[in-house]
Amino acid sequence: MASYSTNEFRSGLKIMIDGDPCAIIENEFVKPGKGQAFNRVRIRNLKTGRVLDKTFKSGESVDAADVIDTEMQYLYSDGEFWHFMDPQTYEQQAADAAAVGDAGQWLKAQDSCEVTLYNGSPISVTPPNFVELEITDTDPGLKGDTAQGGTKPATLETGAVVKVPLFLEIGEVVRVDTRSGEYMSRVKK
Amino acid sequence: MNWQPAAELDVIRQRARVYSQVRSFFNTRGCLEVDTPLLMPTTSTDINIASISVAGNNRVRYLQTSPEYAMKRLLATGSGSIFQICHAFRQGEAGRLHNPEFSLLEWYRCGYDYHALMDEIELLITTLSLSRCSFSRISYRELFRQSLQLDIEAALLEELREQCSQQVPGTDASGLDRDQCLDLLLAMAIAPGLQGYLFVYDYPISQAALARANPNDSSVAERFELFHNGIELANGFSELTDAAQQRARFEQDNQARLERRLPQLEIDERLLAALEAGLEDCAGVALGLDRLLMILLDLDSIDQVLTFRD
Repeated sequence: MASYSTNEFRSGLKIMIDGDPCAIIENEFVKPGKGQAFNRVRIRNLKTGRVLDKTFKSGESVDAADVIDTEMQYLYSDGEFWHFMDPQTYEQQAADAAAVGDAGQWLKAQDSCEVTLYNGSPISVTPPNFVELEITDTDPGLKGDTAQGGTKPATLETGAVVKVPLFLEIGEVVRVDTRSGEYMSRVKK
Repeated sequence: MNWQPAAELDVIRQRARVYSQVRSFFNTRGCLEVDTPLLMPTTSTDINIASISVAGNNRVRYLQTSPEYAMKRLLATGSGSIFQICHAFRQGEAGRLHNPEFSLLEWYRCGYDYHALMDEIELLITTLSLSRCSFSRISYRELFRQSLQLDIEAALLEELREQCSQQVPGTDASGLDRDQCLDLLLAMAIAPGLQGYLFVYDYPISQAALARANPNDSSVAERFELFHNGIELANGFSELTDAAQQRARFEQDNQARLERRLPQLEIDERLLAALEAGLEDCAGVALGLDRLLMILLDLDSIDQVLTFRD
């Protein structure tokens, strides 16, 4: 298996830590002038999403993680698995709830998203930063109340619930930032 | 094509200002400016310093990791107090505070001990600073006692390793030796909390480098480091002048290199011969000029003061 020495560490590098694939977020070289050199590294566990710090003696080697990010098209969910397709090879992948996580609430059939494969199987799914989804349920709109603030919950076609301005109606399409879950704007059809 | 300097033009001007003030500081204090080779046939045997070797003309030579050995040979010829501004090279050191090629101010004071030299460093930095600065001093052992409630003299290796895992989460300390534990604790648990200019002195004898043992306590060496807000800025000693002891330390280094599967290095016999001929009592220090500029100009990365980046 491939491995990386600490002097190859840089953000984005995928390495194995305690048996899990992780991505380096930050790498700091720490060395007392006449002392042992260390690399202080902040990493994200790609399975759990947890962020943790690790110390390595400089010069140590760490196994590389066989992780690739691929752009895939979301097809459907059968209740247990979410199915994705590589638009180039038409190869399909099934991701379980643990891999899909919160991303599931933003996925609409045909939309493309980033699927992270570890040893060839999905371990996480990242939706596009912005999605456009139809409102399937919300309280009736207050006509004319377009300027004033105030929000109400609205359920979108994928099941996600976001806060939208009071004037929006069922059937309208909204643009949402999936990173914050916030409503951005109304989309004219 | 990014051909421009890494540093702002103003930083380049400030470097010139600092160099010029350093020169006049030492000229008026009777210190002779010297110039020694960067490329030499031997190099530091220190296990934690890796030299860059250069092949050519059928022999290997090394870019110097500090001008120390050459400057001591000058001292042994009777040069009197000397200073030098030069570049130094260390393999593999790169990061926010490190660059494989960096600038050093190194000077030696005949008749001084390490505390007298600390006094002079205070004066120099005060002269170069654009604002007032205050300095304090603490022994290495006392620093660990105050910061971590840890008596490093009494602590067993197991306790030091335990401290490492506790103080620096995510550290597997099981493979660290005593000095590596102390290095880790100082660099990652203690230094980040230090404020202002602080001299840490009387390092454990196992970390003596080229410092003489303290005559009142042979468990420590008359070595100090200067920190500013936790960033290491200078390293100095009362110099070891005993040739036999110096040879023994070089040989210990090579033994430790063998154990760590690091290359064996030829001992600098010319330095040992110079010590044999006689080096008067003196104290010397190396001060990182790139980091000093960062501190004086309140910048937080060495890239911002390097004229051009590697």
